[in-house]
Amino acid sequence: MILKAFQEEGVTRVFGYPGGAILNLYDSLYDSSICHVLTRHEQGAVHAADGYARVSGKPGVVTATSGPGATNLVTGIANAYMDSVPMVVITGQVPTFLIGTDAFQEADITGITLPITKHNYLAKDVEELPRILKEAFHIATTGRCGPVLIDLPKDVQALEEKYNYPQEIDIAGYKPNVEGHPGQVNRAIKAIKNAKKPVIMAGGGVVRSGGYHELQEIATRGNIPVTLTLMGLGGFPASNHLYLGMPGMHGTRAANYALMEADLIIAVGVRFDDRVTGKLDAFAPRAKIIHIDIDPVEIGKNIAVDIPIVGDLKRVLQALSRRFQPGDTAEWLDKVNQWDKKVDLNPEPVDNKVIKPQQVINKINEITGGEAIIATDVGQHQMWTAQHYRFEKPRSFVSSGGLGTMGFGFPAALGAKLARPEETVFCIAGDGSFQMNIQELSTAVYYGIPVKVAIINNSCLGMVRQWQELFYNRRYSYSTFEYGPDFARIAEAFGAKGMKVDQFDQVEETIKTAMQEEGPVIMDFRVDSTENVFPMVAPNQPINNLMMDGSDV
Amino acid sequence: MKKILAVLVEDKPGVLSRVAGLFSRRGFNIDSIAVGETTEPGISRMTITVEEDSPTLEQVVKQLNKLINVIKISNITEDPAVSRELMLIKVQAEPQNRGEIQQIVETFRGKTVDVSPDSMVIEVTGDDEKLEAIKLLLQYYGIKEIVRTGKIAMVRGSKNSAGN
Repeated sequence: MILKAFQEEGVTRVFGYPGGAILNLYDSLYDSSICHVLTRHEQGAVHAADGYARVSGKPGVVTATSGPGATNLVTGIANAYMDSVPMVVITGQVPTFLIGTDAFQEADITGITLPITKHNYLAKDVEELPRILKEAFHIATTGRCGPVLIDLPKDVQALEEKYNYPQEIDIAGYKPNVEGHPGQVNRAIKAIKNAKKPVIMAGGGVVRSGGYHELQEIATRGNIPVTLTLMGLGGFPASNHLYLGMPGMHGTRAANYALMEADLIIAVGVRFDDRVTGKLDAFAPRAKIIHIDIDPVEIGKNIAVDIPIVGDLKRVLQALSRRFQPGDTAEWLDKVNQWDKKVDLNPEPVDNKVIKPQQVINKINEITGGEAIIATDVGQHQMWTAQHYRFEKPRSFVSSGGLGTMGFGFPAALGAKLARPEETVFCIAGDGSFQMNIQELSTAVYYGIPVKVAIINNSCLGMVRQWQELFYNRRYSYSTFEYGPDFARIAEAFGAKGMKVDQFDQVEETIKTAMQEEGPVIMDFRVDSTENVFPMVAPNQPINNLMMDGSDV
Repeated sequence: MKKILAVLVEDKPGVLSRVAGLFSRRGFNIDSIAVGETTEPGISRMTITVEEDSPTLEQVVKQLNKLINVIKISNITEDPAVSRELMLIKVQAEPQNRGEIQQIVETFRGKTVDVSPDSMVIEVTGDDEKLEAIKLLLQYYGIKEIVRTGKIAMVRGSKNSAGN
């Protein structure tokens, strides 16, 4: 019955790992047309489903067993929740008559995931199951998307109920607001017309809602500069002359200065995260704020808003773009254009033996023309990717924004490649992060998923090391790896292609070779371990207080 | 200032822990919470008293609204409403004090519901002010234990408290 519901919902692929309490579901998967991807760890499955969902826009579906199977999903569920990724998770549970007895492989997964799911269910009654499945997909994929978990006791799975999937849905407490309030839209139109120094700050909501054409229309017709948060990268083409780069802690001078000087911020699908705003009471002191978001909770949560618009971004932006009149921003654009919109790339090294990490990312960017799908892990390499890869297309940057999950990138890249096999998919990873889900090399090789992994290997936990250097008197407490594995040989042992690169002049050729390979490739770039991510705004500082190197700490 | 929220919720397993968990993890201060059935089967009503300023209260309401099992929230703090709470107090009562205590209880229209050789259990209903007042008086004799139900409230007149 569950598989029939999957088919009804258009699910063609699920990611998972079997176990005792979910054997019945796996038995029906055995001869089903639904393709199941067996990862090598439940965390790999949930991140792969996450990557799949981010790139395809369809819900990622995950199956795992009870107890440890379910708890291994927790990080991945929290990750999807923080980044509003649509996902349906099915976990096996011990039979209903054993629930609450500390039975073998029993864990209260609905209790555990309560704060990290949009909603969850313990399906104790098979008659309720069709409705629960229908609701789960509906809730996961509408409004502000998010993960929904269904915990399914083994005896409930075993019952064959007459299949009756509901077509209608009515959840009394769940009615997301889609259309923006016309009165507020009018106020926004007026504010845009009167603004002298407007900035659009767009985030993940733009990518999720598919409102990027409308965003581009408003920006170009209104001559309004655009900054994209980490989650928004790709939502506006980096090559556009109005693009200012990313704002916040590792943002560009142009983005941060523009926000601080603006008289109007049009915030679209963002949540004013602390990594973006810096010191909250110093943020954008002169700006009126229009905040458009599907989730009313985000409006006024961190920052006071002048014009709140709750609704689906695509619809609201359509309404705005149809009717708004551009103000005069010529003078403002002149000013903004004087600030750096790009982060300086480290010059090519004098010594060929020293590879600067930014150069590796820059080469990947040059070779792929900003058109590849890039998944990352978390840390310095993630920020360098955000700064130096020039994303041209929406849904092409797959990264753990809210939760900041190391180990996310590689499995997510696998999911992304399965969702869009025609695209080139890179995973830019750190040597620390990659080791957190390195077992998924098996999955990549077994299914022949040709993801190109570029490990920015600096033999340390770079971002931790950077903070220790800048704020902890260079006391490098447990952040450096005196011993690191030979990733190329590990790749070979798993059956993938592995390449180790320690000369600058090999970088370009290696990337080109990797792209020609048919299977998965691991590139181990041995980079300068002393390199830091700049610009940087120290935590809880105003975002125009940019450090351009470590000298001003 | 204390604010009173009337919250209609689906009567589903775990709904109370969803609500309570939300308060603790978002750092909202909950003063009391009382839950009971309504005239409509499958729907329960929670009366939640919170001590929060307005911007935080707005977040509380929005976050509660986001819970799938929450159907409707009304802030009835400003509405003309009757609010009541029931309190049981176990007070130290030697035989010679019983008469005095009984007089206090009667003044507050309470009831003595149990008497043992050295204690009495008193039941009293009312608003905050009244319950605090009797508590203060009985402290003189020694309070051994207090249980309170949490406040429940209803808007006066024909309007339904949940705004229906």
